[in-house]
Formats: sequence, structure tokens, C-alpha cells
Amino acid sequence: MKPGFPEAAASALADAQLRANLGRVTTAIRSKRAGAVAEVDQWDELVAAGRTIKDRVLADLPTWLETLEMSLVRNGATVHWAEDAEAANRVVVEVVRSKGADEVVKVKSMTTQEIGLNEALARSGIAAWETDLAELIIQLSDDEPSHILVPAIHRNRAEIRDIFLARMHEAGRPAPPDLTDSPAQLAEAARLHLREKFLRAEVAVSGANFAVADTGSLVVVESEGNGRMCLTLPQTLISVVGIEKVVPRWGDLSVFFRTLARSSTAERMNPYTSTWSGVHPGDGPQEVHVILLDNGRSDVLADPVARPTLRCIRCSACLNVCPVYERTGGHAYRSVYPGPIGAILTPQIRAHPGDDTLPFASTLCGACQEVCPVDIPIPDILVHLRTRVVDHRRHGGPDPERMLFGFMGWMLADRRRLAAGRRMLSAGSRVWGRKGRVRRLPPPLSAWTNSRDLPVAEQPFRRWLEERADGS
Amino acid sequence: MITCLGETVAPRVPRATVRLLERLGCEVTVPPSQACCGQMHVNSGYLDEAVPVVRNFTDAFAGADHVVAPSGSCVGSVRHQHRLVAARSGDPALAKAVDEVAPRVWELSEFLVDVLGVTDVGAAFPHRVTYHPTCHSLRLVGVGDRPRRLLEAVRGLELVDLAGADECCGFGGTFALKNFGVSTAMGLDKVAAVSASGAEVLTAGDASCLLHMWGLLSRQNSPVRVMHLAEILAGEGTP
Repeated sequence: MKPGFPEAAASALADAQLRANLGRVTTAIRSKRAGAVAEVDQWDELVAAGRTIKDRVLADLPTWLETLEMSLVRNGATVHWAEDAEAANRVVVEVVRSKGADEVVKVKSMTTQEIGLNEALARSGIAAWETDLAELIIQLSDDEPSHILVPAIHRNRAEIRDIFLARMHEAGRPAPPDLTDSPAQLAEAARLHLREKFLRAEVAVSGANFAVADTGSLVVVESEGNGRMCLTLPQTLISVVGIEKVVPRWGDLSVFFRTLARSSTAERMNPYTSTWSGVHPGDGPQEVHVILLDNGRSDVLADPVARPTLRCIRCSACLNVCPVYERTGGHAYRSVYPGPIGAILTPQIRAHPGDDTLPFASTLCGACQEVCPVDIPIPDILVHLRTRVVDHRRHGGPDPERMLFGFMGWMLADRRRLAAGRRMLSAGSRVWGRKGRVRRLPPPLSAWTNSRDLPVAEQPFRRWLEERADGS
Repeated sequence: MITCLGETVAPRVPRATVRLLERLGCEVTVPPSQACCGQMHVNSGYLDEAVPVVRNFTDAFAGADHVVAPSGSCVGSVRHQHRLVAARSGDPALAKAVDEVAPRVWELSEFLVDVLGVTDVGAAFPHRVTYHPTCHSLRLVGVGDRPRRLLEAVRGLELVDLAGADECCGFGGTFALKNFGVSTAMGLDKVAAVSASGAEVLTAGDASCLLHMWGLLSRQNSPVRVMHLAEILAGEGTP
């Protein structure tokens, strides 16, 4: 596959099943979210409050992180600092090995996917079992997540049944042979399959939605209860937490608990909200490790225009409302962070080939910012990152696109040159046009005319203006 | 403001705008040195190349009481992006010029409703019309229901709902070329909604989005006519 969003999107667009699955789900969740938000009288104030809390943290992040570390240590947790993915993965492997374990159960976590933890554990001979239903589907089918909240959004029930029947036995308790695609049966098969892992595992790995500085508490917000099992049953718990997840005070959670659930699942209240503050003898994990992960976040922090990217609470409302995501699905973004937030976050925290096409994977329609519960100016940041891509290329050799934009800028900065351009365009449209429309043009303009007509030029506005002035 | 699309592919739009404003008693001047607002360059990441375009814009419109543009996205660009371009240029004179001109630039429906204080512009248009609220008019400029109020006051005009109206048509400037597959997929869904609305005429406040939807409708040999809001309000043209 060629390295870029447009090429990856092309294959997604050709997949009729995928488009049907995505269109159905995003449309449903979009209107549910709108309904859930409309119930709240002071939604805009809640959004402003969330934005303010996050900005306050980001303005003084080192201080808040040190407060968090002190509180965590006071509560009996062990704090590790990881500059990048490799460092974080290394700590996890060391802790698991120190317990003599060869497997971990996992709470759904974007951060551990970002750092490729499962792959790193596998290389060290440690099995990582995803326990979120959708993540289980993804893991069993050797697939990649395509949505932050609903990673198997691209699969329908029949496909999930087939995956369970074909693959579940390789990972543990098999699916019953008479499994149908009814949601209750699929959930029961997953429940039985996962239960033996919950009861057996000695180490759990999680992320955290929030890390509260003053109380030293971590928070996981989930819908299935699998997270609660992982956070309470195994004796050792390792949490990988992005440094932007810190909030100053326990009370700040009240804002995000109200905005997160309605924005992500359109629920009034989140089903399973687990909080834990270090170690409590005889209750839950007796060894708690917290890995505070940078992995490019300091660079985002250092850029005042892009900094609001770090406000993100991973609700995925922007994915569900994005017209581009709705057509392409998440895989086209080729990152664990797809959709509008992925288009701004991914190219800031990594530099894989093709990532520089991500800021251009948007019409700048602004639907994402409109639904964002922390008001991230995604369109502005997209434009900022586009400028960064273009500026980066300025240091390279001659670039046909830059020459074209240079020429266009020269033409569009002067009315006589624009008039000359108009004359060329109008002559061309008369040559190529039939019956008032142009149906086919050579590359690169064929990118337009492959699917769309162009009008043949009419009397220019300024000539009309002149003739009118002469006539009066 | 003619807009660069009004200069090239959509001359009826500035024509209708001039007629409409004159009918409402405005003294309309068309500064001859104007060319483009620079939006395409800024949105594509070419800030350096946008500097002369923005400079020409501020020179052309310096001194006007009100600058009226039949385009939400051009107005959005002037208000939200010209300052960025000026900062990039490092020229304090350009920054000052931008700050002087930008607050006097109005999107057409804003100017009619907020500045002139009219919603009934005296137009007649006895046809079934559906309105697409373009993204930048809706979300960047915030025109709200002004265009709908203007259309509802047109004699004989029947305004029909457009399903998924506030979803993007897929144009997105150079997005339409760089990501033509996604752009077309979005546009086809949009024009399918237009056809399903039963409207004879599709209207919007941006010639660029209209060009995209017209291009798709024309390719389908659709009977739906595409007209800018200004054309309907000027009482010009019949399907």
C-alpha cells in the first residue's frame, strides 16, 4: 500500500460492507449524542469548565505531575517515568517478570496501544489478554482497532460470530459450536472465555482516563465491568498513563464525568467508573505501579497553537460526527488514534511515512470542534499542522506543488494577473466544454472531472460591470 | 467583494449581489484592484505564498464602510486567518491593515439582516428550494438562521428541508483534489439528499460548495438547478 491517507481511504471506500457498518453506527450514535447533550441545560458552561481545567494543568504541567507523583507515592504506589514507548514497555516487562508471570489481563487502553505494549510483551514471551469485548474481537482476528471507543465498529454481528467460532479456542475457552449472532449469545461466549483469565491472571495492565493530583487517584471509565475485574482481582496492577491525563483536584472529575459519558456513548452516566488510590491492605491489588508516559507529549505542549490537542479526553465524539471518518473508517488513518483527533494527534507524536497526509484528511468543516467536550480547535490545529508540513518541505528540493501554489499566489495577488488567468480558464473551458459543461480534463485536473463537471465560462463579472456603466 | 470564484467560474454571484444591494439602496463600489482572500493558500499550508494575496486584499478594501462578500468561507478566512498571515509576514503595517479591514467584512446574509436590518428583500421566486448551510457559514462565521429567514420571506418560495443539511458536501478546497475519493463519496450522499428533498433548486451561501454539488448533479444530468442565495434574493433567473 502506498504511504498516505488518500490511498488507504480508497480501499476503504471500495468496501461496501465497511461503509454500511460505519454509516449505520455513526449515524445512530451521532443522534443519540445530540439528544444526551441537549438534556443538559448548561452544556456550554461544562465544556468551558473542562477546557479551563485542562488548560490550567497544561500551563503548569511539571508542577501538577510532581504533585501527582507525591500523592501516588504517599498512597503506596510506585511511580515510573517513561520518556518514550520503549521505556514504558521495558518497565511493564520488568514488573511482570519480577512477579514470575507470563500473562497479563488488560483493561481497554489507548495509551498501551499507542506504545505497542502487546507486541512488546509478546516479544518477551508474555501473553496480553484484552478483556474489553471489542478489543477481544480485534485481538482474536489479528485486526487493528478502527475507533477509539468502539474499536470493532467496522464489524457487524455476523462477522463477530464467525471470528469467535474460528479463533476463540486458540486463546482459551472456545465458543459454543451452536453460537448465533444474537448479542446475548455473543456476550455470554465472551464472558465465559474471559472469566477464566480474570480468575487466573496475577498481573493486570490498564491505562487511566484521569489521574488526580491532590488525592493520588487513578480513574478508569468503562462500560462492561471487565475493567473493574482487572483492577480488583489480580494482585499486581500496572497503569500506563499519559502525562496529559492529570487533573488538579478530585472535584474536577465532576465536570468530566458529566461531559465524557454523554459525548462518547450518549449515556447520562457512565456504567463502571473505577477509582483507586494506591495500595489498600487486603483490598484490591497489593502492588500498584504507575508509568507516566511522555512519548511526544512534551513536544505538543511546547507548541502553543497545537497545545490544546492535549486537552483530549478520548471521548471519540469527533470521530462519530466526522464526515470523512464516516466514509473511510479508522484504518485509513493507520494509527490507534483515527478521525479528527487522530489527524492532529498522530502526526505530532510520531513520524511514520505518510503521517504528513493526515492533517490534509479533512474538509475543515468544523463538526469536530462543535461536539468536542473540551473545545479543541481541531480545524485551526489541522491548518497549523498543514503549514508545518509545507514548511518542512521548504527545506527540501524543488517541489511541484509548492511551485504551483507559488504561481497561484502570484496570480491571485493582482487583478491583472487574475484576469489573465480567467481568460486562460475561459478559453480552456470553451475548448473542452460541451453544452455548457466540461466533462473531462487531463491530470491533475482529472481529479475533479473524474466525478464532477465544471461549468463553461460565462460573461465575466467585470465586463458586465463595465457594460452596465457604459449603458447608464 | 467579487471573490476569486466570482471572477472566474461564478460571475452570476457577484452580479446578483450588486443588483440586490443596489435594489436595497446601498451605494455599491467594486474596488478594481481586488483579487482573492487567500483562503486556499492558508488552508493548504502555504502561509508565505498567502502574504501578497492578503496584502492585496487589505489594500483593495482599505477605506470601505462595509465589505460584503457572497461567501461564508471567504469571510471566515478574513476574520480568522488574515491575522495569521500578517503575523507570518512579520510586517506590523500589514497586521494593522488586517485589524482595520477584517471587522468591516460581512457575509451577505449577515449584512442584510444585521446591518441593513431587512429579512424581506422584496424578491419573488415561485419555486421549491432547499438550502444547504455551508460549513464555514454555519460554524466559522455563525450565520445561524439568517439565510433561512431571508429565503422564507421571498414571495412564492417554498423552502423544503434537506436531510443531513449540516453535513459537509465534501468540497473542502484542495481536499476535493487531494482526497477526491472521499470528497466524491461525501458529495454523492449530499446530492442524493438534495434529490430526495424534491426541491427544484438547491441554494447555499458559498459558490465553492455550490460548484462541487453542481458538478455532481450535472454529471448525473439532474434536473435540480443550483443557485447562490444572492441570485434568489436578487430575484434573478428562473429554473
